[in-house]
Amino acid sequence: MVPAVDLDGVVTLLGRYPALAGISLQVGRGEVVLLQGPNGAGKTTLLRLCAGLLRVESGRGSVLGHDLTADRRPLRRRVGLLGHATGLYDDLTVAENVRFWGRTSRADDAAMRRALDHLGLTSKLHDAPVRRLSAGQRRRTALATLLVRRPELWLLDEPHAALDQHGRDLVDRLIGEAAAAGATVMLASHELERVAGLSRRTVTIAGGLVVGDTGAPGAPVADREPAEVADGA
Amino acid sequence: MVRDSLVVAGKDLRVEWRSRILTNQVAPFTLLVVVLFGFALDADTATLRDTAAGLYWVAVLLVAVLAVQRSAAVETADDAHQRMLLSGLEPAAIFLGKAAALFVQLLALEVLLGAAVIVLFDVSVGNVALLLCTAVVATAAIAAAGTIYGVLAVGLGVRETLLPILLLPVLAPVLISATRAFGDAFGRVDADGWAWLGLLGSFAIVYIVFGLLAYGVLLEES
Repeated sequence: MVPAVDLDGVVTLLGRYPALAGISLQVGRGEVVLLQGPNGAGKTTLLRLCAGLLRVESGRGSVLGHDLTADRRPLRRRVGLLGHATGLYDDLTVAENVRFWGRTSRADDAAMRRALDHLGLTSKLHDAPVRRLSAGQRRRTALATLLVRRPELWLLDEPHAALDQHGRDLVDRLIGEAAAAGATVMLASHELERVAGLSRRTVTIAGGLVVGDTGAPGAPVADREPAEVADGA
Repeated sequence: MVRDSLVVAGKDLRVEWRSRILTNQVAPFTLLVVVLFGFALDADTATLRDTAAGLYWVAVLLVAVLAVQRSAAVETADDAHQRMLLSGLEPAAIFLGKAAALFVQLLALEVLLGAAVIVLFDVSVGNVALLLCTAVVATAAIAAAGTIYGVLAVGLGVRETLLPILLLPVLAPVLISATRAFGDAFGRVDADGWAWLGLLGSFAIVYIVFGLLAYGVLLEES
């Protein structure tokens, strides 16, 4: 099977600075991979590259079978990227934001309601303008706008940031369920203890390169004991 | 593509409806501009009537700059333009949707501005059909060019400061054509307004076609 992510010596520039300096990485379908490394190591850049948002300057890369040089647009609709920004419209309500992003991917109203419920966004919050939400509620709304699209590759940058314990548990459950459903998850986090239960593979990045990799490429989550996934939920 | 354009246009119009920036800030500014023109020309009604068409379209362009800035800012506030890239929507559909929303907003402001000009400048309209057709076509041209330059300015990182300098020269042909056509509709200029409207239509088509083709590239760079 074609790996979800297949990078071979990829260089990506941010301005003139090589944010990824010839990175090579393979991630199998259904894997949950934790990216760790110091600030500025290239974790966020790697996630944005895998979302098809950045150009490959040299090297070769494909994600979900799409070449990162020539075939980025069809890739983008198959991934869900949660970055530092949430991509929400402050003047719209929670439900309107989820509905808008759902409609861009042809999701129906039932899927939108399920996404809202899944992220613990109660009906009381549906009509609240996003500008009035707490940082944690905002993050959960952003996750709901991703969930409604059912991405095949989740790219999560500090997904637990700003969340309370309940919100963190919801995110853990979301990651576990996505992996159990066959989706691939790559998450960057500094909270190693928190996410250790979610992934058996940790990739360490420094200076735009992979400097450590604890897991064998291609080992899908489905091959693990079910309890491992459940523990993370 | 039409369906996706309507989704984007609906979102932009809903954002404006909720924020009330158009009604509470831009519309009063529109009226203020017309009143200030009156003060500047010393309330000389003959001069005001002769220059009403030009003053009207200068005021529309000033208001359009604000509306374009707002349309671009909505997407950049929380990196929603990046989400747009990831949405799977065709860039041409995003362009059409954003331009359509801008078109509706500008047209609403133009109705308000037109009423103010007719009342304050004591202008009579001799050719209503020419007036309405000119307003619709000129607004389409402004909305298309504004949407293109809005995303271009975001890419250059200069949206607040350089947008008017980038946008207004591009809209100069629209200003000239629309002013001539309106002057004819007001009966104040000896010109063939329908011919100017035809020229205006050419500009609108060029801006729209360019936007459909180039918006994806510009969005990538934003």
